[in-house]
Amino acid sequence: MITLTQTLRLALQALVRNRSRSLLTMLGVVIGVAAVIVTVAIGTGAKTSVANQINGLGSNLVMVIPGSVNTSGVRTGNGGASTLTVQDGLAIAKIPGVSAVSPQVTVRTQLVANGNNWQTTVTGAAPTFTYVRSWGVASGRFFTQSETDSAAKVAVLGQTVVNQLFPGSDPVGQTVLVKSVPFTVVGTLTAKGQSGAGQDQDDTVLMPYTSALERLTGGTSIGGLMVSAVDAQHIDSVQSQITGLLEQRHGIVAGQPDDFQVRNLQDIAQAASATASILGLLLAAVAAVSLLVGGIGIMNIMLVSVTERTREIGLRVALGARGAAILRQFLIEAVVLSTGGGAIGVLLGVLGAASIAVFAHWPSSVPVVAVVLALAFSAAVGVFFGFWPARKAAALDPIRALRFE
Amino acid sequence: MAPVVQVQGLRKVYPLEGGEDVVALRGVDLTIDDGEFVAVMGPSGSGKSTFMHIVGLLDRPTSGTYRFAGHDLGSLGPDDLADLRSRALGFVFQAYNLLPRTTAIENVELPMIYARVPAARRREAAMEALDAVGLAKYAQHQPNQLSGGQQQRVAIARSIVNQPQLILADEPTGALDTASSEDVMALFRRLNEERGMTVMLVTHEPDVAAHARRLVTFRDGNIVSDEPVREKELV
Repeated sequence: MITLTQTLRLALQALVRNRSRSLLTMLGVVIGVAAVIVTVAIGTGAKTSVANQINGLGSNLVMVIPGSVNTSGVRTGNGGASTLTVQDGLAIAKIPGVSAVSPQVTVRTQLVANGNNWQTTVTGAAPTFTYVRSWGVASGRFFTQSETDSAAKVAVLGQTVVNQLFPGSDPVGQTVLVKSVPFTVVGTLTAKGQSGAGQDQDDTVLMPYTSALERLTGGTSIGGLMVSAVDAQHIDSVQSQITGLLEQRHGIVAGQPDDFQVRNLQDIAQAASATASILGLLLAAVAAVSLLVGGIGIMNIMLVSVTERTREIGLRVALGARGAAILRQFLIEAVVLSTGGGAIGVLLGVLGAASIAVFAHWPSSVPVVAVVLALAFSAAVGVFFGFWPARKAAALDPIRALRFE
Repeated sequence: MAPVVQVQGLRKVYPLEGGEDVVALRGVDLTIDDGEFVAVMGPSGSGKSTFMHIVGLLDRPTSGTYRFAGHDLGSLGPDDLADLRSRALGFVFQAYNLLPRTTAIENVELPMIYARVPAARRREAAMEALDAVGLAKYAQHQPNQLSGGQQQRVAIARSIVNQPQLILADEPTGALDTASSEDVMALFRRLNEERGMTVMLVTHEPDVAAHARRLVTFRDGNIVSDEPVREKELV
């Protein structure tokens, strides 16, 4: 047996003799691996930023929203019922394991201020909002409990609203007309960016829920309750206690559908990570297909190469190469092609992911596992698709091979 | 010392589907001793190429015995034959069969890789072989930078680099002009006379065969004549 390094040298010499063809053959694997690395990088980056955003909402958050109502057979979607009240919220606040509750009243309406106008979502909430949503104040202050009790005409603006209504000036102390009612701006919120669903969370105005109910919606029903559990371990028990309490308060007997829904962000986070896993599987499938195509390209070229180099193979056999030596040389040529292609692909993929991060401001990170897997896979592709041509080469009849024109 | 080549009753039959079998060799007896320079002649289809392939361990006879340097070949498997080829045989072909885009010295080193000669010794031995064929200064040239005669001399250097017991040359001058043919044949003769190398040459050109010292003629799968070359007659 001639040594592996010696065979590797023979294989490399043969590949270098056909430089441009070797590079073109690699191209399939290069593009496949590069595409895989870039998509995995972007996918991982997106997953990380979604996870960050979900944590930003407050991981221990439990949402209570009104359920569906059935009016003469016509059913609204969730949130259609108007059965949830501020009193429900006060009752929930007494549940052990609950640290804070804030009602949520949302109205989409037009704002006018400073000679500008802008339509946005007005959210009525309690002062506990900053804690429940883990969302801080950038300037000024949040509204207080006494302002809530008195339904004061005060508002806190999200950054998008600040930019639209008060470009380049300080909004604190200014007046905003909300549905023609003048509100005093007492503070602004820190920028929060997009939500996991792609909504601009900063395009909002916050005010006491009492003010929103009295001056904007004119009712008593609220759009939802944001409940904060003391820690992640209490989320499940808080959720079931809320369900029990509200069923009792709303007079719902067993067997009847609830007129509310209780959700926690853990579920959403799990759903998001499940989506990410499915996406990962999908990417793996795409990767498998692209590597398969690259591998077929290698097999094709190796077959051409075996035919073209028939005389060379005959010569090597005449010079005393064993069948196994010929087989190994061609197999190693295929593996060098595929692994070399994989390495170049990883390099291009990492560069591509980095430039997407820089130029498109899209978060991306290349997991080491993906790089290792891509290289291992491309080597396996070389072995798998190189074997048949290599065996063909080793099985050539040397006499015919030497006469081959 | 055992003869290099000793064949007895060598037959080779190529079976043809649905037709008559082709009998390439019909019971050939021949002995080649160490240090001989034998030319094998004969028209196309006379069996000389088949004979050469069997002698060169690239093919096996249908029946008959072949002892190579005392080895009984019947019991050897393909890997043993490959190893024997790499150590004990040197091949020269009509079409040179040098690896393209590979320097002369690397071409000459190739048989030593398969004979598992340590890398450190290869370069030296290859250089010696190139020197023996008068091409030491062309070591770094690639085949397409060499003339046909020079390429064939590189191929001869490749065939002698492992100090084989037998050099087999298959129409080595077939692709060369007269002057280059003379050079190549003079080289074979010198290797035979000065280094005592055993050479078996297949050709159909009498001028080429005249350089050998013994002439074996094939016809229809049989040896029809086997005689020493009388030099004066052919000059």
